[in-house]
This record gives sequence, C-alpha cells and structure tokens, in this order.
Amino acid sequence: MDLFLFLTFALIAVGCAVNLVVQRHPISSALSLIGVMVSLAVLYLLLGAEFIAAIQVIVYAGAIMVLFLFVIMLLNAGVEERTRKSKLVRGLGLPLFAILLCQLAYLAYRHFGSADRVQFGKFIGSTAQIGRALFRDYVLPFEVTSVLILVAILGAVVLARKEIS
Amino acid sequence: MSPGGVPLSWYLVLSAILFGLGVAGFLFKRNIITMFMSLELMLNAVNLSFVAFSYKWGQIGGHLFVFFVIVVAAAEAAVGLAIIISVFRNRGTLNPDDLEAMKL
Repeated sequence: MDLFLFLTFALIAVGCAVNLVVQRHPISSALSLIGVMVSLAVLYLLLGAEFIAAIQVIVYAGAIMVLFLFVIMLLNAGVEERTRKSKLVRGLGLPLFAILLCQLAYLAYRHFGSADRVQFGKFIGSTAQIGRALFRDYVLPFEVTSVLILVAILGAVVLARKEIS
Repeated sequence: MSPGGVPLSWYLVLSAILFGLGVAGFLFKRNIITMFMSLELMLNAVNLSFVAFSYKWGQIGGHLFVFFVIVVAAAEAAVGLAIIISVFRNRGTLNPDDLEAMKL
C-alpha cells in the first residue's frame, strides 16, 4: 500500500513537473505546479509530517500559487516565444541531464541503500511537537521571520505601487 | 529492517529528479513568471529531502527548516512578483532576453 501510494504520487509529481517545463503558457505551468505541490503534500504525510503536509497545501498550493495565478492574470501573460536553441544544447542537454540524475540516484543508493525504509504510521512531526520546538529552541529565528515578512510586505507595496506624478 | 514500506533513497531520488527539472525549467524557459515557478519547484524538491532526512533520524529540526523555507518562499514570492509587475510596467515584456538594460 505504501509502495502504491508513493509510486502514484511520485509519478504525478514528476509528470506535473515535466509538464511545467514543457508547457508554453504560464497558466498551464502554474496549474501543473499546483499538482506537484499537492502530490508532495501526500508524500509528506507518508513521511509522517502532518503539519508540513497541511501548510504545504494551505500556504504553498493555496496562497503562493494563487498569487502566481493572480499576477499571470493581471499581466495577461501570453504564450512565450520560442527561442533559437543551439544544436549543441539540443543534442547534449537531455543526455547530460540523464547522466546527472543517474549520478545523484547512485549517490543516494550508495549512502542509504534499501535498508532504510519509510513506513506510513510513524508520525514524528505533530503540530504540538513543532510548536514546542518553534517557541522554545527556535524563538529567535521565528521572530526574525516576522521582521522578514514585514520587510517583504513593505517591499512588495513599494515596488508594485503606481507612481503618482 | 521491516519488509514493507518504501526505501528512503527513493524519496531522495524523487527529490533529485524534481530539483533537476526545476533547474532545467529555470534555464530553458523564456518567461520570468515560469522561471520563478521553476525556482519554487526547486525549493519544494529540497523540502522533500529535508522531510525525508527528518524521518530517517527521527529529528524535528528538518520540519522546522521546511517551515522556515516555506515562510521565506512566501516572502520571496511576494517581492519577486512585485518586481515582475514593476518590470512589466516599465518594459512591457516578460521575456528575460529583452531585459538587458544593465548589460555592459
């Protein structure tokens, strides 16, 4: 069952990610990115991270992607134009990408083998635990994050406002 | 070691694949918004690695890192999209090839 769920959602994630790269209209890319994020949320649940799975859906797939879709709609972004790719890139790009992935996969296998197994049911990141760690050991980063968000809000307002002459 | 379950390395390989696709999208796309989305894809791939390692060592630190990454990604998306709006208003294009005013 674990294997079935993992393979299903991993295939959905990879398929959506490929679709993101291949599609030429930004709206299609954004929708496939939402697909990637939702399937990653299911994988987080399989890894026992219920809080992360929840905020992945709420913050990433909900808030951030709505912001993206809103900007795409606002700018009325059309189909991107095709660029002239060099023959070298067209010939070497995919094989080199495949080689890089094979190397990474080999490294992951060599370090972790197949002895380490992930089984659904071992929840280590409950909301209570995360809250306790966040407000006890990570209070300073948490507070600094609030300053960061404040700066980001101010920056977004200043950058996106219309100049009044 | 239990017979059931999925090997941990599969999660890491999935994370590597998603990260690679994000890099490819960032390099090949010719639209700033889509390049930005590829960036988000890379962040997501790294988050998956964090959660997988957190599971392996039974530590909660990985989850907190993912939490902070998501917060920073939200701030980055707000500022980045504001920059994109501002660039589009001034230049009228989303193609990074046409945005070369600062090129020497």
